Amino acid sequence: MKLPTVGEAAPSGREVRTHRVHDHSVEIVSDSGEGAQKCGQIFGSVSAKMGNGVWTVEIIPAEVEPPPRNPAGASGIRIRLGDAEVTNWGDETNLVVAFNEQALLGRHRLNALAPDATILVESMWATHPDPSIRAQWEAAMEELADRSYRIIEVPMEEECLTVVDNPRKGKNMFVLGLLSWIFDRDLERAREQIAHAFRKKSEEIYERNVQLLERGYGWAEEHLDFRVEVATQASDLPMVVMNGNEAVALGAVAAGLELAAMYPITPATSVSHMLGEVFEKYGGLVHQAEDEIAAAGVAIGSSYAGRCSFTITSGPGLALKTEFLGLAVMAEIPLVVVDVQRGGPSTGLPTKVEQSDLLAAMFGQPGDAPKVIIAPATIEECFHVMTTARRIAEALRTVVFVLSDANLATGVAPFPRPDLSAEWQAGPPDQRPIPEGLKPYSWDSRTGISRRFIPGQPGGEHTLTGLAHDEGSKVAYDSVINERSSAMRSRKIAAFQSTLLPPEVNGDPEGGDLLVVGWGSTKGAIEEAVERARSEGLSVSSLHLTFISPLPPGLKEIFQRFGKVMTVEINYSDKKDDPFITEENRRRGQLAWLLRAATLVDVDCWTRVLGEPLRPGKIVNAIRESIRSGGDA
Amino acid sequence: MIMDSACSLLHSAHEDEREFEMGDYQGPVARWCAGCGDHSVLTSAQRLLAEEQLKPETTVFVSGIGCSSRFPHYMKTYGFHGIHGRALPVATGVKLTRPDLDVFVVMGDGDCVSIGAGHWIHAIRYNVDMVALLLDNNIYGLTKKQTSPTTPQGYRSNTQPRGSYLPAMNPLEATLGVTNASFVAQTAEWVPAHLFATLKAAHAHKGFAFVRILQRCPHFTPDMYAEAVKKPDIIEILDHPEGIRADGIDKVYKNKISHDPLNLNAARELAQDQSAIRLGLFFRDESYPRYEETRATNKRTAREKMDILNEEFDSYAV
Repeated sequence: MKLPTVGEAAPSGREVRTHRVHDHSVEIVSDSGEGAQKCGQIFGSVSAKMGNGVWTVEIIPAEVEPPPRNPAGASGIRIRLGDAEVTNWGDETNLVVAFNEQALLGRHRLNALAPDATILVESMWATHPDPSIRAQWEAAMEELADRSYRIIEVPMEEECLTVVDNPRKGKNMFVLGLLSWIFDRDLERAREQIAHAFRKKSEEIYERNVQLLERGYGWAEEHLDFRVEVATQASDLPMVVMNGNEAVALGAVAAGLELAAMYPITPATSVSHMLGEVFEKYGGLVHQAEDEIAAAGVAIGSSYAGRCSFTITSGPGLALKTEFLGLAVMAEIPLVVVDVQRGGPSTGLPTKVEQSDLLAAMFGQPGDAPKVIIAPATIEECFHVMTTARRIAEALRTVVFVLSDANLATGVAPFPRPDLSAEWQAGPPDQRPIPEGLKPYSWDSRTGISRRFIPGQPGGEHTLTGLAHDEGSKVAYDSVINERSSAMRSRKIAAFQSTLLPPEVNGDPEGGDLLVVGWGSTKGAIEEAVERARSEGLSVSSLHLTFISPLPPGLKEIFQRFGKVMTVEINYSDKKDDPFITEENRRRGQLAWLLRAATLVDVDCWTRVLGEPLRPGKIVNAIRESIRSGGDA
Repeated sequence: MIMDSACSLLHSAHEDEREFEMGDYQGPVARWCAGCGDHSVLTSAQRLLAEEQLKPETTVFVSGIGCSSRFPHYMKTYGFHGIHGRALPVATGVKLTRPDLDVFVVMGDGDCVSIGAGHWIHAIRYNVDMVALLLDNNIYGLTKKQTSPTTPQGYRSNTQPRGSYLPAMNPLEATLGVTNASFVAQTAEWVPAHLFATLKAAHAHKGFAFVRILQRCPHFTPDMYAEAVKKPDIIEILDHPEGIRADGIDKVYKNKISHDPLNLNAARELAQDQSAIRLGLFFRDESYPRYEETRATNKRTAREKMDILNEEFDSYAV
């Protein structure tokens, strides 16, 4: 929604129009390696620090350095600013800064840009000595002319060359300067943020980047005729700003986890980068194993030895860890598995978001392997979930999945600074003697819970095994024992479920035409969509699941208050009018499948696998369509 | 002050007056076939633990899957009977977390040389302080006679009934080829004195001690080492003051060769040469860095961690 535009005299006497808006999305796109993401992160941090709601999402090609000037290789970042909290990346981009016209074209073709977007594009390509590049520019401008974009050419390279020899390494800070003027950012904060971002680099590099920032700011001040004002409000609460992977890493420290075993995989790896940097300060260890399987094995060995350890991965790595996860469930070894989901199956979309590992996490292990699955919905939850996960893993002696995704992993948003407590930390391994008569699996018949024995405890000597075993961990040659131990492993999850509260309904808890159910990173987009749809008068509410295994109690009863229930997810489902699709053979969203099985409610789904976070506007359309078609959508 | 006195209390904990005998390490009766080489290794390990007076509660045997991997069940220590081929990563996790524990790994040839070969290579390189025993009977026993990587070429099995297609893999040669290999020995289950002396040297070694134990499977490969058992002269004992010297075997095993275990090139040549079955210490060098030491960090109290974490949050503060 646009507020009235007000005039303002520019320093040079030009008329500068300031657009006052509640909400604005900016994209910076470039070839890989030109620093667009770093620019966007700094811009996002500065904006958050000034009191804007912020959400950023990285646009990452699959290759480190794809061919330059290629629409498919666009690398960059979207920053959505708001005058209130921003919980998702929004719909379309209002302002784009493009380092070349091909990257811009890539975003245009993905319909990422608003029809009236303003575009600042590097001008050097228009007059490039290479005629084929000039031809590409011409063709691109023709294609872009389809829409009513406002395109402004900026001599980025020319300007940067006044400060640096290699503008490839400096354009991003020049662009930060442009944006800082357009959005009237506090330059002192930008300098501080640059100092933080380049804290490992020399003073000289810092100085040069600041010069570029100021150059960009000055250029914009001299040449641009528009500014954008998104009101800021200082928060009463102390806030911090970071991405989801950083939050997971710091959450692991806060939870007292001391060993992370991993193998590099996108988009999970940056958790380990972060941990590699900070973990050892806390007496922790990041072990880069020889493969994904070994990473699971080392974490399990560490947990067995008295800690609760964790492993971090993404889809293909999760597939490899499967056998070890089955062992951890069977032998009741506490383990936290962070899965930062990406597009699949197989190598899929390594850098793009999906929520398609849910059923693999739930049912991926051959044999019956009940476990706990938690899906943080926000960056703040990425931090706190680690303490929750560790505690549950230890209390229940089982595997706890944390299902994050590429959207949370690289999304940056401010959240209230956690009030840390030493109580969140695990104590040292229990080394007290084991009381006589107690067995390594002395299951409480009612809860399935048993006390964990740890090497070093006299009297607790036993051999843990992945074979079916009895209470004494003796290999079971008796089928009744397998039935009982299976029951105990399942009972723990049920006992835990009895401690959960029914989820809250966002909107109208009394009921209505439609209930939208989501999980994980889509919460912000879904709730924004529901709010917009409700303001149109539609009878829709939403419900967001944090625990997916076990599901919280009361779902069936809540579902029955609504005419229709529909999940919204980032995974694949067949559309009802697709060829061959019937009610019986339709592939459904992964949560939809679980909910149908658990509640016997005819849960519908709306899902997309476009390799991008869901856009609230598209969800609003889906809500309208679902309500319009009634029970038959 | 409170912390200080707590620490001194821990340190002054009463001397452990327990004395352990072999029986203290014996679990239930092993369910291996009569005549299986695993029995001999089990006895030798129990004897070692008694001789070294290792506490049962701080000793951990980690295994994979296969006949020999049932080993921990028959010990009265802590044990971890995991999954096929993955004993080494588990043992690495145990030792990284608890350097105070004595860690032994028991693997078969399928575990170590086939499905878990990647872990084997990297475990050698990590050089974490543990004893890794390869109980090599040259065949898959538990699953009933399939070819393993160490099955001799031409040897018939249920999966390769016209005889194993490939030359056997040589685990010693492979181990000695890996950067950071710090202890490599070979022994045979039918020479108990040598087996015991080898386990003892492996346990004394600070680092990853790799021991290949030649082993008979009376059920599926009864003929594999029949000749070597009958004719001790086929066996060549590596002899050196710095090597492994087993008591009382000299009368039977007269065929000796002098080999300095610090000489890596000579060790590689001896391992490669198939003209004799060689038992003894091929290589030992304790100067190699151990991963758990390289990666050791200062442990922090919960409160210290909170303080540092708060500083970390300062850099993310809005």
